[in-house]
Amino acid sequence: MAFDKAEAKSVITTPIFDNNPIALQVLGICSALAVTGKMDKAFVMSLALTTVCAMSNLLISLIRNHIPSSIRIIVQMTIIASLVIVVDQLLKAYAYEIAKELSVFVGLIITNCIVMGRAEAYAMKNGPGMSFLDGLGNGLGYSALLLVVAFFRELFGSGTLFGYTILDPIRDGGWYQTNGLLVLPPSAFFIIGLLIWALRSWKKNQVEAA
Amino acid sequence: MSASNDSFAKTIFVAVALCLVCSLVVSGAAVMLKEDQQANKAADVQRSILIAAGIVGPNEQANFSQLFADKIEAQVIELGTGEVASDKSTKDFDQRQAAKDPATSVKLSKKDDPASIKRRSNYGKVYLVKENGKLSKVVLPIHGYGLFSTMYGFVALENDTRTVAGIRFYEHGETPGLGAEITNPQWIAQWDGKKVLSEDYKPNLEVVKTGAEQPNEVDALSGATYTSTGVENLINYWLGDNAFGPFLKKLRGGKHGV
Repeated sequence: MAFDKAEAKSVITTPIFDNNPIALQVLGICSALAVTGKMDKAFVMSLALTTVCAMSNLLISLIRNHIPSSIRIIVQMTIIASLVIVVDQLLKAYAYEIAKELSVFVGLIITNCIVMGRAEAYAMKNGPGMSFLDGLGNGLGYSALLLVVAFFRELFGSGTLFGYTILDPIRDGGWYQTNGLLVLPPSAFFIIGLLIWALRSWKKNQVEAA
Repeated sequence: MSASNDSFAKTIFVAVALCLVCSLVVSGAAVMLKEDQQANKAADVQRSILIAAGIVGPNEQANFSQLFADKIEAQVIELGTGEVASDKSTKDFDQRQAAKDPATSVKLSKKDDPASIKRRSNYGKVYLVKENGKLSKVVLPIHGYGLFSTMYGFVALENDTRTVAGIRFYEHGETPGLGAEITNPQWIAQWDGKKVLSEDYKPNLEVVKTGAEQPNEVDALSGATYTSTGVENLINYWLGDNAFGPFLKKLRGGKHGV
C-alpha cells in the first residue's frame, strides 16, 4: 500500500475543522451532552473514544476483505464493543476516580455513531494504515469539540477548570455566582449550537443550502 | 466483496471466529485487570471510612491501607440483636453482596423501607475507631435512594452515638452540580456535631430548607429536594431500630467489650 503523506495529513486534520463529526455531521451528540460538565471527564472520554475509533477502524480494515456483507454491521459492532469493554476495564483499573463517574458513558461508546460511521464509511473501503489515521482524526475532531464545550461548561458552571478553582464561587465564600444551567446537560446544546454557528461563519462552505 | 465472502459457510466461519477472538480479548482483559480494580475499590472504601472518621482530610494523600490497619477495627454485627457475629470474617464479609442474597437478607415492606433499599442485609459491617484503648468513634455504612441512584456512604458517630463526627458519600449517581453536591466539602462540614439521635436515642435528623437552627437540623441542598430527603431518610433508617439501633444501644451500654 502506497503511503501518501499529504493524504495522511488531510485524513487526520480534516475531521477537526472541515468535517467535524459533531459540528458538521452532528453525530455523537448524546455523549457530548453528558460528559462535558467537567474538563477531566471530557478529556478521559475523548481519549477513550479516540482510542476506540482508531483501533476499531484499524481492526475492521484489516479484515474488511473477509467480512460477509450480510453480517458486516454486527461484525463491526462486535469489534467495537470488545474494544470498549477493554477500555472500560483499563479505566477501572488505572483511573478509578474518573471511571467511577464515567463508566456508563464509556459503555455507550459502543453505540456512538462516530465510531460506527467511520467503520462503515471508511474502514470497510480503505487500507489499515489510512483507516487508523482516519479513526484518529475523527476521534480528535470529537475531542476538540468536547473539550471546548467542557471548557465553557466547567468554567462558568462550576468556576473551575480540571477541578482547580478559577472563578471563586459564592458557595465557597468567593464572588462568582455559578451558572446552574451550564451544569446540566441541556446547556451543551446551546454551546454546541453556538460553536456550529461560529464554525459555519468561518467556513462558509459548511453551510447547507437552504 | 467477492461472492465467496457471502457464502453460508464463510459467514458462519467469520461470525464464530470473530466471537471467539473477541471473547478471549474481553475475558482476558477482565481477568488480568481484576486485581487492580478490586484493590482500587477497596482502597476507595477505606479512604471514605478514614475521611468520615476525620482521620484524614478529604483531599489529603496518605498511605490509606496502613492508616486503616492502624486506626480502625472492623466488626460484623448482627443487625437484629446488635451482637458481634463472630462467625463471620470481617475481611470477607461484604454487606452489599449480602443484601442481594435472599439467604442473608430480609425483604423490606414499603412501610419499613424509608430509604428505598428494598432488601437489607442481616449483618452489617461497622468500623470502630479507638483511642488509648477506648472507643472514640464508630463508623457505620449507610445507603439509600436519592433522585436517580442509590447513594452509598459512611457516617461516623462520636462515642455517645448521638453526635455526627463526619459523613461521606463515596458512590452515587445524583445530578452533577445539584444532588451531587452531597460530596461538597462545604455541605459535609455542617454535619459535624449534629445530634442525629434525640435524647432518648430515636433518630430525628431533619433536612430543612429554611436554615438549620436546631442541633438535629441540616441545611438541604438547593435544587436537590429529592436527594436531600433521601439523605434524611437513609440516616434515620440506618440509625433506627430496624438497622443499627440495637448495635448502638449495646455500644452505649458499654456491653460491647470496648
